[in-house]
Amino acid sequence: MTDAPPPAAEQRRGLLRFITCGSVDDGKSTLIGRLLRDGGFAFEDQLRAVERDSRRHGTTGEEPDLALLLDGLEAERQQGITIDVAHRFFATPRRSFIVADTPGHEQYTRNMATGASTASLAVVLLDARKGVLAQTKRHTAICSLLGVRDVLVAVNKMDLMGFDRAVFERIAGDYAAFAGRLGFRSVVPVPISARFGDNVAARSGNTPWHRGPTLLEHLETVDVEGDTAGKPFRFPVQWVNRPGPDFRGFSGTVASGRIAAGDRVVAAASGKAARVARIVTADGDLPAAEAGDAVTLTLDDEIDISRGDVLVRPEARPEMADQFAAHLLWMDEEPMLPGRDYAMRIGHLWTRASVTSIRHRLDVDTLEELAARRLGMNEIGFCNLSAGQRVPADAYAANRATGAFILVDRFTNRTAGAGMIAFPLRRAANIHRESFLVDKAARAGLTGQRPLVLWFTGLSGSGKSTVAKLVERALHRDGRLTYSLDGDNLRHGLNKDLGFTDADRVENIRRAGEVAKLFADAGLVVLCSFISPFRAERRAVRDLLDSGEFAEVFVDAPIAECVRRDPKGLYAKARAGKLANFTGIDSPYEPPEAPELHLRTEGRAPEESAAEVLEWLRGSGLAP
Amino acid sequence: MSVMRPLGSSRRLPPHLARLESEGVSIIREVAAAFRRPVMLYSIGKDSGVMLHLAMKAFFPGKPPFPLLHVDTTWKFREMVAFRDETARRLGLELIVHTNRDGLRRGVSPVSSGSALHTQVMKTEALKQALDLHGFDAALGGARRDEEKSRAKERIFSVRAAGHGWDPRDQRPELWDLFNTRIKPGESVRAFPLSNWTERDVWDYVLAEGIPVVPLYLAEPRPVVRRSGAWIMVDDGRLPLEPGERPEMRSVRFRTLGCYPLSGAVESDAGTVEAVVAEMRAARTSERQGRLIDSDEDASMERKKREGYF
Repeated sequence: MTDAPPPAAEQRRGLLRFITCGSVDDGKSTLIGRLLRDGGFAFEDQLRAVERDSRRHGTTGEEPDLALLLDGLEAERQQGITIDVAHRFFATPRRSFIVADTPGHEQYTRNMATGASTASLAVVLLDARKGVLAQTKRHTAICSLLGVRDVLVAVNKMDLMGFDRAVFERIAGDYAAFAGRLGFRSVVPVPISARFGDNVAARSGNTPWHRGPTLLEHLETVDVEGDTAGKPFRFPVQWVNRPGPDFRGFSGTVASGRIAAGDRVVAAASGKAARVARIVTADGDLPAAEAGDAVTLTLDDEIDISRGDVLVRPEARPEMADQFAAHLLWMDEEPMLPGRDYAMRIGHLWTRASVTSIRHRLDVDTLEELAARRLGMNEIGFCNLSAGQRVPADAYAANRATGAFILVDRFTNRTAGAGMIAFPLRRAANIHRESFLVDKAARAGLTGQRPLVLWFTGLSGSGKSTVAKLVERALHRDGRLTYSLDGDNLRHGLNKDLGFTDADRVENIRRAGEVAKLFADAGLVVLCSFISPFRAERRAVRDLLDSGEFAEVFVDAPIAECVRRDPKGLYAKARAGKLANFTGIDSPYEPPEAPELHLRTEGRAPEESAAEVLEWLRGSGLAP
Repeated sequence: MSVMRPLGSSRRLPPHLARLESEGVSIIREVAAAFRRPVMLYSIGKDSGVMLHLAMKAFFPGKPPFPLLHVDTTWKFREMVAFRDETARRLGLELIVHTNRDGLRRGVSPVSSGSALHTQVMKTEALKQALDLHGFDAALGGARRDEEKSRAKERIFSVRAAGHGWDPRDQRPELWDLFNTRIKPGESVRAFPLSNWTERDVWDYVLAEGIPVVPLYLAEPRPVVRRSGAWIMVDDGRLPLEPGERPEMRSVRFRTLGCYPLSGAVESDAGTVEAVVAEMRAARTSERQGRLIDSDEDASMERKKREGYF
């Protein structure tokens, strides 16, 4: 590796951005110093400077303190700690690397998040003497939240534990147990000694039992290519290029997906459409461009587009929303207070935004969800936000390039919050609530029961209403106040103006959700049976209600079984073409991803399914 | 040059250079879009050359919507000054050259005042004067994070207080590519489109794109004297020779260019960019090794930046 790589290899290398994180003194800076030195990327004069500095500030006695290659700021060298993100660069014949060395102190968690925001992989360092610490968990949780999907667990200072295999395996197991809940794609443990170089760049003779890769081998070969080119096309317009009357182009970097000359695009906010005429670059026009390419698009039609707009494909538009739920990492000393106005940047658009409510605060040590009325520095909250205008609300988990935003203090201009959109909300804006003297809690005190909305969703004929009726009868016998809302019944009255188009289905569920909310507010257990085919609407209803007041019950029967049952003869009509937009036939059903209850009704009596619901209610303390 | 002619080579860049190029283009566009009166610091060196090349790409088929600013200490190599004027003429760009007249009157120079005072007065003060004089609220610079330890922690968009000072303890967190470009009146921003480039990336890119560089980067026989372990070129009659010093002709080239009495050359036979790239791959010392202004003390760059140096 220290030899000059052949030119052909030089041409093939890609780029891996990774971060190192872990607790104070776990040896992050030493590890990167080791990579730079063993990789031949620390220059002789820099190493000489380190040897000189080691005598002054070093902590390693006679050996040069490799951490001093990285700790750049005077204050850090004096205190022997890393207080800011340092970026380092090295390359091997296989790959180029950008390393963000991020600090381990709690108060600098925001800097770690900064490093994680652009990283594809995290190297999490653990001290073999200490194992998994609270900081380790916090940093791992932040990496997960910021969309890092691959982790290398470097169990460091193995030299101090005699390269004991049992120590390594215990720590790797502890870590895997914690990280298992965080949805990583890969977690690879490696036993190392950063100070002496074991299993960093070269395989160590001290760990003959280690069958996995060395740290560098894994970094060189791990496949972290997120398929950003395969995602929906998003082109945030950064600059309108008008050098003269003959040219009008829209410059920016393709955030995700792919576009070709001749493709139709729409401006996400206005819905105005045009075709891409040319993809202009200084190196000549391109036939197509994909994620990561900085280009200038010209359109065949003069539509009104300015900086901040997002060009998308008409068949894969983002949902536009001025209300959305998001994870918010707070980074400012001034705490975040709901209702306070901040400047928000999403893509190239600046608008204003405020948090309308904190759904919960995440305890990153335990992953517990806690109640909170404000977010202090380095705290993470799951919040509802309201923006000054409608913005494309891609979920961060689905699209890291477009689902992120920052909040800026409008008075100090400090970057105060980092946000990751979870999902859009549909909320009535600008209508202020009248509050009454008797509230939900007071009513619940009188009835002695907790209000709850049981939301039965599934195909027509899956058994929703049948099961709901049985559950309601059982609850009623137990002295519970209940009410049933049924799709068919509501369509005879409140919703009789609605048909079965997608838009009407959305409105149908919105109204049903609002009514359910009122009944829950009155203190009832509400049983709702609606096909409710779209995830977004079901989520919107969930969002209307307080935490713990909504339970989604997926009544799951295969379409063939529903067609066979066909209790209302509707499938027969739909198949005969006499009924349009019928769910499962010519209109989609999006099954729940994480329902509270999943009832498989094929081959089971409705009574069994009802018993399962009642069992769940008892388990949740909602029924006797 | 015709505005519509494509600039770069048709050769496909290696993927990681293509990514760095896109990132740089995006940062330059961001500065043009987000600030009232931006400027590009043009120091004539290879990094400035790459940054300028990216700017030409960023606004193609138009031209960069900002002028170039060169802070001239009057001690630059003569070849640098000629190259600077030729570059601005060739690209048809506005070039502002600023010199600290007050410093000149006081006789500040690298030979008589020492490198620290010279840099302070003729570079740092001069830059602040120029930015204030023209009311620039954003300045693009070609600094890279791999150059020096305190640079490694610099943001891509770095806010400077009204007096141009930099507070390393109060830097804005910078997540994703969502740059916080909001500033108060009097504040300004320094933006670094080459933040994530290494010296090697710069040379690989110069080679791949055929970007013109000052001939001083390429080895040829030049009159030099040996000082503090580096070869100093005798560019004109202003360099006082120490007793016993006699200029000798050596084949040398420069890895970084600044004021000639402060720029150390290395012995080399690399007379072409290709040969320089080959030498780079085998390099064992950092490019700043030849810079006499940084060797005073290890933390000198951080100190200079706090005072307003780029």
